[in-house]
Amino acid sequence: MKLYCLSGHPTLPCNVLKFKSTTIMLDCGLDVTSTLNFLPLPLVQSPRLSNLPGWSLKDGNAFLDKELKECSGHVFVDSVPEFCLPETELIDLSTVDVILISNYHCMMALPYITEHTGFTGTVYATEPTVQIGRLLMEELVNFIERVPKAQSASLWKNKGIQRLLPSPLKDAVGVSTWRGCYTMQEVNSALSKIQLVGYSQKIELFGAVQVTPLSSGYALGSSNWIIQSHYEKVSYVSGSSLLTTHPQPMDQASLKNSDVLILTGLTQIPTANPDGMVGEFCSNLALTVRNGGNVLVPCYPSGVIYDLLECLYQYIDSAGLSSVPFYFISPVANSSLEFSQIFAEWLCHNKQSKVYLPEPPFPHAELIQTNKLKHYPSIHGDFSNDFRQPCVVFTGHPSLRFGDVVHFMELWGKSSLNTVIFTEPDFSYLEALAPYQPLAMKCIYCPIDTRLNFIQVSKLLKEAQPLHVVCPEQYTQPPPTQSHRMDLMIDCQPPAMSYRRAEVLALPFKRRYEKIEIMPELADSLVPMEIKPGISLATVSAVLHTKDNKHVLQPPPRPAQPPGKKRKRVSEDIPDCKVLKPLLSGSIPVEQFVQTLEKHGFSDIKVEDTAKGHIVLLQEAETLIQIEEDSTHIICDNDEMLRVRLRDLVLKFLQKF
Amino acid sequence: MLDCGMHMGFNDDRRFPDFSYITQNGRLTDFLDCVIISHFHLDHCGALPYFSEMVGYDGPIYMTHPTQAICPILLEDYRKIAVDKKGEANFFTSQMIKDCMKKVVAVHLHQTVQVDDELEIKAYYAGHVLGAAMFQIKVGSESVVYTGDYNMTPDRHLGAAWIDRCRPNLLITESTYATTIRDSKRCRERDFLKKVHETVERGGKVLIPVFALGRAQELCILLETFWERMNLKVPIYFSTGLTEKANHYYKLFITWTNQKIRKTFVQRNMFEFKHIKAFDRAFADNPGPMVVFATPGMLHAGQSLQIFRKWAGNEKNMVIMPGYCVQGTVGHKILSGQRKLEMEGRQVLEVKMQVEYMSFSAHADAKGIMQLVGQAEPENVLLVHGEAKKMEFLRQKIEQEFRVSCYMPANGETVTLPTSPNIPVGISLGLLKREMAQGLLPETKKPRLLHGTLIMKDSNLRLVSSEQALKELGLAEHQLRFTCRVHLQDTRKEQETALRVYSHLKSTSLMAR
Repeated sequence: MKLYCLSGHPTLPCNVLKFKSTTIMLDCGLDVTSTLNFLPLPLVQSPRLSNLPGWSLKDGNAFLDKELKECSGHVFVDSVPEFCLPETELIDLSTVDVILISNYHCMMALPYITEHTGFTGTVYATEPTVQIGRLLMEELVNFIERVPKAQSASLWKNKGIQRLLPSPLKDAVGVSTWRGCYTMQEVNSALSKIQLVGYSQKIELFGAVQVTPLSSGYALGSSNWIIQSHYEKVSYVSGSSLLTTHPQPMDQASLKNSDVLILTGLTQIPTANPDGMVGEFCSNLALTVRNGGNVLVPCYPSGVIYDLLECLYQYIDSAGLSSVPFYFISPVANSSLEFSQIFAEWLCHNKQSKVYLPEPPFPHAELIQTNKLKHYPSIHGDFSNDFRQPCVVFTGHPSLRFGDVVHFMELWGKSSLNTVIFTEPDFSYLEALAPYQPLAMKCIYCPIDTRLNFIQVSKLLKEAQPLHVVCPEQYTQPPPTQSHRMDLMIDCQPPAMSYRRAEVLALPFKRRYEKIEIMPELADSLVPMEIKPGISLATVSAVLHTKDNKHVLQPPPRPAQPPGKKRKRVSEDIPDCKVLKPLLSGSIPVEQFVQTLEKHGFSDIKVEDTAKGHIVLLQEAETLIQIEEDSTHIICDNDEMLRVRLRDLVLKFLQKF
Repeated sequence: MLDCGMHMGFNDDRRFPDFSYITQNGRLTDFLDCVIISHFHLDHCGALPYFSEMVGYDGPIYMTHPTQAICPILLEDYRKIAVDKKGEANFFTSQMIKDCMKKVVAVHLHQTVQVDDELEIKAYYAGHVLGAAMFQIKVGSESVVYTGDYNMTPDRHLGAAWIDRCRPNLLITESTYATTIRDSKRCRERDFLKKVHETVERGGKVLIPVFALGRAQELCILLETFWERMNLKVPIYFSTGLTEKANHYYKLFITWTNQKIRKTFVQRNMFEFKHIKAFDRAFADNPGPMVVFATPGMLHAGQSLQIFRKWAGNEKNMVIMPGYCVQGTVGHKILSGQRKLEMEGRQVLEVKMQVEYMSFSAHADAKGIMQLVGQAEPENVLLVHGEAKKMEFLRQKIEQEFRVSCYMPANGETVTLPTSPNIPVGISLGLLKREMAQGLLPETKKPRLLHGTLIMKDSNLRLVSSEQALKELGLAEHQLRFTCRVHLQDTRKEQETALRVYSHLKSTSLMAR
């Protein structure tokens, strides 16, 4: 069993597992942090961005200054933003049989894999994962496509040049494989390869392996996966949460007793408590608005935003914010809000009971009805008419490199009355802000990451008791910025096996048994012997039939037909029935053996003791039988009748297998 | 136990099933592993509170989420009609409905639910009403599929039933429309619209008795679009306060509706009606044409029966029965041609209004049932829910076409099906791989015999090579050797003879191999 690690990003994993005869891709995450190296894409012409000075090498050669721009000491690529794809060279991706998706954040590289690698398999995901994943992709494509950029920079990627550039450009990995965004057509084609599954649904892969999604508690429809055969079990844990937010709680019990547990998608901010962060978010928001400033919340169109809106729903009246407009701007804002209300079966118990009443599970329905929350596809159109300040705006993209958020950063950045509050944990907020410096607006960092922290992981591992744990290398050492925090790493016995991008791990895993079925007719013919108390043995001779990776034992065909009727055809169908020499076990008690010989008409028997056993002499038959603990040797004349008689008498005392 | 329904045609003890058939003296909880409810219609779940709270059952009750949401509402509705309106005693209470629902475990479609160590169940989409499901019940390699009610043709709001080729030992299917092969959906819809339209055009009133959830929504969508297209102004009403609530359920459980509605729901919700208004009791006496959807669907009680009594005397009016009616109900009586009905208090009601039957109830027709049998490929089929004569016809058809046994037991009858499942065993991978590798050799076309030893310890069965079995059990192998003296007479030299014997033996042993 092997694991091919195609992504180095611990929360946006992409691994390929070879197990029995199947090749299974686990998640298909797209590393979007690469876009932080690029200049933001403004929706409206931004004089500040277009007047940034070019950057060139010290030797005075100015050919790079068209591609690279400098802003407050940082250098950015002025080009269509590009993403860091999973490795495509480590393994032939056309051999992948299935792709298992654990949540909508971990499927963003799907079009690159399904459309451009010769992939012909099936993708499995839950319905909310697909629907919300589609919205995230649609938003991404929309953000990139609606701001066409003439330039696609490539000079800086030249290896000789890249190493001369300042950090972090210098250290960016695999820039030559970075790719621009896919098209909506590719997205639709990729999503059409997905087959919908429900939690705890058992899906057979070629009769060899069974895969099952389990609730992981992190997002709507998010799942962990069990990959198992009858004797082996691999658990794939990716993006799980034990906090009670809106999704169905995590199913921990089903992870028990795995041979291997692959652990990815832990919290990216292990030191922050999500509840505390939500509180801080609300109070900072209220403070800014009360002082007449605007609040910008860069966010994804689904996920934590539902929880934030729910908190605000409870908070705005008590905080005296009921007259402040809340805007949610995204090309998929309406769809996201609508979709969130129809996945009752995937929600936590509290929300489910609301649906039974029947009421919408999320209170943002009421915020919309009372006009407190308004949603728009973009800043153009209706929004410009309705726009009132001070206000609160939720919009994407959290990288601050594209989407409507770029416009608000440019619009509000110059005033210290305004605040930008970072809640998404995927991007370093300082890096995200770099191309907007110098900035007068307040920046608050309230990352809300509900995924497992290391305390929860250690408890989970104690309960699940996997034989081996496999995880990204980042989890086997404390974070680089807090190298003294030995508690911020996975601690388990035996130590976790770690992987990094482009590595192949051989998993310590010895398969020893496989399931086979015995037909009832064959079972009826078996004769069990009790060898030890409670343990019986039966010798089996049967015909093996294997079809679709399922093995069945059938009774052997009846002996050959009488020789007169024999035809060639018939004899071909009869298996090779050569009587197999059975294995013998046991030892022969000499006294009883001699008595038996006498009973069967042998006389003149003499027994001699030797160092290892006895010698029985049949003087009349001129035969000598050496009997030892583990062997019997019969030495006689060339008399087949006699030999067979003696053999059968000996066999009476031995067990045959 | 599969479903726990009530009989709409009775008002006495016969209304509920006789649970003493299950066990005479033991507790039901000890006897039943679980109860499975296929959908929210009362003939499938109406006896549930009686069964769990009055007879006594504390085990799990499985149903889908929409069924769990809607079932208690219909039960409460039914209880109100029975107790508050008819004053029946010895009936379950509101509290009992609540307590009963606490025992419910909701299941997802296709989720495998492990009921206990052996028993697992799995729900499939049935398309009959919102949340209707078929269930596969499995122990080891043996399985039964219970269809509940299902519909094999997608309609205006639901999709078609679907099951994979799961090859159950037994398929228990409903056979309500055992012999009917319904004409195409479009024709039926056109027919329905034509009749409604003609009646209101000549100033008549149309009564459509329905159950609050299910067919009602499909017909509402149909009339709504027709009214819109024809720009009609005749009022359409929907009785009981349940309407809006019912539509809300459809909105929230939109993932259970058909593809088209699911795809467009963000832009336009099909369950928000412009032309259909809430009905008030006083409207029944209003002059002029109108269309009224009223509950319940079989005209056995409640508002639909009240309106029917008011309108029955006028030949301009029309009642359209869009579904099946159980024997004993007013609906069944008028459908079978009875025009003089004896009502409570020995009153005789003469029916002059037109009575139409439109098969809109979403059961599979004969073609659909055959289709499902073909999909699932069962070893045996058992028919339930239907009329004996028609079922007999279908039974023969199934036996002829699929060459499987088909049963149709009467109430109280037991059917026993013998099965002979294969016995699962663990085989050591070494032994299996050795055998499979030899099976792959080109010259071994004919099947080979596999030899091994089955080790049985408690319920753990393992098949290993004989050598491994001896080793595992700590048994030593016993060597048995023979030495025989053979006299040869040969004129050749000793060495040459020995060589000849050696090469002869070698060649024969090679051949034997």
